[in-house]
Amino acid sequence: MTAAAKPTMIEFRDVHKYYGDYHALRGITATIRAGEFFSLLGPSGCGKTTLLRTIAGFEEISSGAVMIDGKHMEGVPANKRPTNMVFQSYAIFPHLTVAENVGFGLRRAKLSKDELNCRVGEALEMVGLRGLGARAAHALSGGQRQRVALARALILKPKVLLLDEPLSALDKKMREQMQVELIKLQRQVGITFILVTHDQEEALVMSDRIAVMFEGEIAQLADPETLYRRPNSRKVADFIGTMNFLPARILSEGEQGIEVEAQGLGRMLLDPSQAPGAASGTGSSVGFRPETATMLFEGQKAEREAMGTVEEVVYYGDMTYYDVRLDGTEAPIRISMRNVFGRPVLEIGARTRVAWSPGAIVLFR
Amino acid sequence: MKGGGFRIYALAYLIFLYAPIILLPLFAFNEGTVIAFPLTGFSTKWFVAAANQPTLWLAVKNSLIIAASASVISTALGVFAARASTRYHFPGKGGVMGLIMLPLVLPEIIVAVSLLVVLLGLGINLSIVTVILGHVLICTPFTIAILTSAFQSLDRSLEEAAYDLGETGISTFRLIILPLVMPGIISSLLISFTISLDEFIIAFFLAGTQPTLPIYIFSQFRFPQAVPVIMALGTVLVACSIVLLASAEYFRRRGLARSGAKDTGGFL
Ligand SMILES: Nc1ncnc2c1ncn2[C@@H]1O[C@H](COP(=O)(O)OP(=O)(O)O)[C@@H](O)[C@H]1O
Ligand SMILES: [Mg+2]
Repeated sequence: MTAAAKPTMIEFRDVHKYYGDYHALRGITATIRAGEFFSLLGPSGCGKTTLLRTIAGFEEISSGAVMIDGKHMEGVPANKRPTNMVFQSYAIFPHLTVAENVGFGLRRAKLSKDELNCRVGEALEMVGLRGLGARAAHALSGGQRQRVALARALILKPKVLLLDEPLSALDKKMREQMQVELIKLQRQVGITFILVTHDQEEALVMSDRIAVMFEGEIAQLADPETLYRRPNSRKVADFIGTMNFLPARILSEGEQGIEVEAQGLGRMLLDPSQAPGAASGTGSSVGFRPETATMLFEGQKAEREAMGTVEEVVYYGDMTYYDVRLDGTEAPIRISMRNVFGRPVLEIGARTRVAWSPGAIVLFR
Repeated sequence: MKGGGFRIYALAYLIFLYAPIILLPLFAFNEGTVIAFPLTGFSTKWFVAAANQPTLWLAVKNSLIIAASASVISTALGVFAARASTRYHFPGKGGVMGLIMLPLVLPEIIVAVSLLVVLLGLGINLSIVTVILGHVLICTPFTIAILTSAFQSLDRSLEEAAYDLGETGISTFRLIILPLVMPGIISSLLISFTISLDEFIIAFFLAGTQPTLPIYIFSQFRFPQAVPVIMALGTVLVACSIVLLASAEYFRRRGLARSGAKDTGGFL
């Protein structure tokens, strides 16, 4: 990856934010690189919007520092920052036309009428709204409003575009279409995008890197693949997709790796990179994603196998989700299987062999 | 029939409410001097008589000056108060807002008497100006109520968006906030104008030697022959009030429609 070579665009240095007594941001330290599609992901109320608004200049931070493009932002008001924002509600000016909305930020540039029309036309073209400039803003659909908000924010060519849950008001189909369009748009303009979302799938699909936030803190900051495959805590693992956990005991830790004994799976040797998190103090466990284990059918064999009983079957058409309780464990694990022609769907109570691989295991301690 | 009793009640209520107002034009266009049935014939002479009274025109002029000044001042005050109450949090806000809204529920006679006592105590001469002050006091709660609803339906992120796009606080107010609350401002102007125009008690106490229209009307009732003229005048006033209030409501609704907000009541 070339990402590491990119210069820093935004830097948070131990940022704290209090609303009265409420500690909304608790020591955020992170860097966002130039040209990156960066996401702030977390459950509702964890402080994503607050953090985004400290970049835009709408929230003053209580302590710490926010740097944009190497410049200290303390005391720099929102209208003087090289950032523009797409608001969650889109904040389209209802009394102006689409073109007036999009060209709003250029008022200060004192362009000639032709030049202004040209720039507005380009911006509308970019978001796929060509020819809609004369439309009244309140007569637009949700998707169109969103595009107007995008065009309006991008027309000033900001260094950073801030997007606060821009797709959450759209229906599923429209949302998926806009995800793709946003990615394309970001590549085309090359501007740093910072997206706030509570939808883990959206973050995984769209981002170069993701900061997972809980309760005012960044729990993990990594690229989507690392987040999915090597979450550094059970909380992150749970928030991003589904993960099975089994209680485990660390037998030894040495040069060649960590030797672990997990309930239901037995002994295994793990690479240190498979234990990315710090000690939590709540006991160790191993985790693996549902798709990294497979149920074995007649004639199939695997290096590592465990026996179990099917406790629940959920049939999805292309997939079947099985809840299987491995022998010697208390709680069932989930395994997702692609339905292949000719292979039976097992029934509740059936005995089965489960193949798993130590490489897919993450150790939490 | 289901709900029959309720219907009769509603009908009786409406008759009670509006019959007197319907009688007003009826006698205004009546030929005879006596206010009694049967009607004696159609005539517009009372309107002509009203138009020919110089003291009436003086009172109209006073009333218009007072209503115009009071509505502009109270609406201006209302804009500040509504903006502050919807946008900022400060200690004692509830108490302050309660105090401003108090004249709404205070008996007007008490407001009038207290104002008179204070003004006389300060040695201020009674005139149009003192009536304007009194009317500002009673109009402001209404303007605040109307304007608060206008400011509340304003999405805060609109302001932030303008600011984010490089505008200053002042230009944001001018370019975004003002146009969006303008229907509310017009509606507030019209309603406070109407309130001031037909306010009697405060004007009666504070006007000194410069009578307003309601005071003039009241004084004319001493002369039986002047009553039909008053009826004609009343008819004109009712017509004006209806036009003013209807346009106020029109602007209020248009404001809501424009900002895409839901209707949450109003005065009509
Ligand atoms: N202006 C404010 N005053 C007080 N508390 C606030 C304010 N804005 C946000 N909060 C609180 O800060 C926390 C984080 O809010 P926010 O950043 O909006 O969360 P998110 O966007 O992740 O859902 C929430 O608990 C919220 O109630
Ligand atoms: Mg939010």
